[in-house]
Amino acid sequence: MHEQRRRFLLITGAGAAALSGLLPPFNADAATWNKAGFESKALNDAIKSLGAANATETRDISITAPDIAENGAVVPVAILSKIPNTQSISILAEKNPFPLAATFDIADSAEPYASVRLKLGETTHVRAIVKAEGKFYTASKEVKVTVGGCG
Amino acid sequence: MSSVRRWLAAFAVAALPCCLAAQTGPDGLALARKMLAEDNPGELWIDRGKDLFFQKRGPRNESLERCDFGLGPGKLEGASVRLPRYFADTDRVQDLESRLLTCMLELQGFKREDLAKTAISPALSNGSDIEALALYVTSRSNGMKMNVTLDHPREREMYEVGRYLFHRRAGQTDFACVTCHGEPDKRIRLQDLVNMTDQKEIQEVVGSWPAYRGSHGVVRTMQWRLSDCFWQMRLPELAYGSDVSIALTTYLHRQGNGAVVHVPGFKR
Amino acid sequence: MSEPMRIRATLQGDVADVRILMRHPMETGLRKDAQGQIVPVHFIQNVTVAHNGKIVLDAQWSQAVSRDPFLGLRVKGAKVGDKITVTWTDSKGDKRMDEASVTGAS
Repeated sequence: MHEQRRRFLLITGAGAAALSGLLPPFNADAATWNKAGFESKALNDAIKSLGAANATETRDISITAPDIAENGAVVPVAILSKIPNTQSISILAEKNPFPLAATFDIADSAEPYASVRLKLGETTHVRAIVKAEGKFYTASKEVKVTVGGCG
Repeated sequence: MSSVRRWLAAFAVAALPCCLAAQTGPDGLALARKMLAEDNPGELWIDRGKDLFFQKRGPRNESLERCDFGLGPGKLEGASVRLPRYFADTDRVQDLESRLLTCMLELQGFKREDLAKTAISPALSNGSDIEALALYVTSRSNGMKMNVTLDHPREREMYEVGRYLFHRRAGQTDFACVTCHGEPDKRIRLQDLVNMTDQKEIQEVVGSWPAYRGSHGVVRTMQWRLSDCFWQMRLPELAYGSDVSIALTTYLHRQGNGAVVHVPGFKR
Repeated sequence: MSEPMRIRATLQGDVADVRILMRHPMETGLRKDAQGQIVPVHFIQNVTVAHNGKIVLDAQWSQAVSRDPFLGLRVKGAKVGDKITVTWTDSKGDKRMDEASVTGAS
């Protein structure tokens, strides 16, 4: 009885995010919004919400982002994963008040690539976490954020 | 005007941390600028401006299709590259925005005060109708070259006034436009200061307005750019569509003749 | 009433380079307006991109995605004329869908 209840809590609570990777990723409805992850203030909590606490550092994730952003409100970031069978790409801004910025679930028929623009509150590492075949990989790049000049 | 103030003005512009130059010169910013320019949210304002242009609006419930931007009513291709120019119906030299105001008043029956008050939208707002309209009309000249002619004596006069104003020191900072924009390789923090006395440099920027300003989340126009410069210089507020603004625009556009129009630009 | 997206889908080989511009304030809920009042949180939370009806990318966004957001992706096995459908849902429950066809390289 207690075991069943614990399992139920696991599925509907924080474990839902980790378990969702095991479910078929593309059904009729869009992915549930990872509230726990997006509302995490601590970087480690955000990473844990993705199930990626033990992600391996890798060079097989390329992060295209400027070395310096003259406007922290619109910073272009593009991630390309060279890891086979990539299932998802998440992007975090380590120093942001809420580090988790975006997660992209990618079907086999799309390249493991996503390009967005982010708000960066200050100079920070932009971190990419890739999920491939149930395992997690990560890379990061520093983006300096500063205020522009005139005006 | 004291020589100390002159020296201080020059110093303020020239004295920048030397160690920053290597990292933060144009190349350090080039990647972001390229990525942002390739996909410019400002393009969404073109669609909005087009809708507004052809929509029947205002107390007279008319569209702007009969608006004459200098090539005849409703002729938009190639119109903005000839502006500012003299218009007989208003007996004024007018730029694109003041001409839009004229048409919105005469054709659509809007009130001048209402339009001038809202022409420049607050940052992070939804943007103004005039910003969208100015962008749309300018976009109809995309790919064409700036070609301001000074055949009419009033156009020549406006150019001369604009040139005088560009070089005239004024206000509590004792700056002229040329103080910041008259020498090569100058910048304020990360912003390169366009040397507007160099034809190549001014050609690079004059065809990029109106532009989406990322930090404002709206499209900004030439009238805004000039009024913002006036604010920077602590000069009295530049009235929207005023002769001063048109004189400066005439001067700058003429200096930039040959520039290829490519709007919307993308500014930080 | 939301404004239309701009969707460009250009074929490069057999991969469609898809670029989407959306109009949305993406308010963080941390900003104060000119009157000093907090502008409430309001941002796109989900974006799906479908290729001929099949979802190929499913994005979850936070309010850290920029205002007037951009999304770029690459769809494999595409042909000229294929349909690209983009749908977003925001934190207020508003939804928007726009569609475009894949065009050949210019």
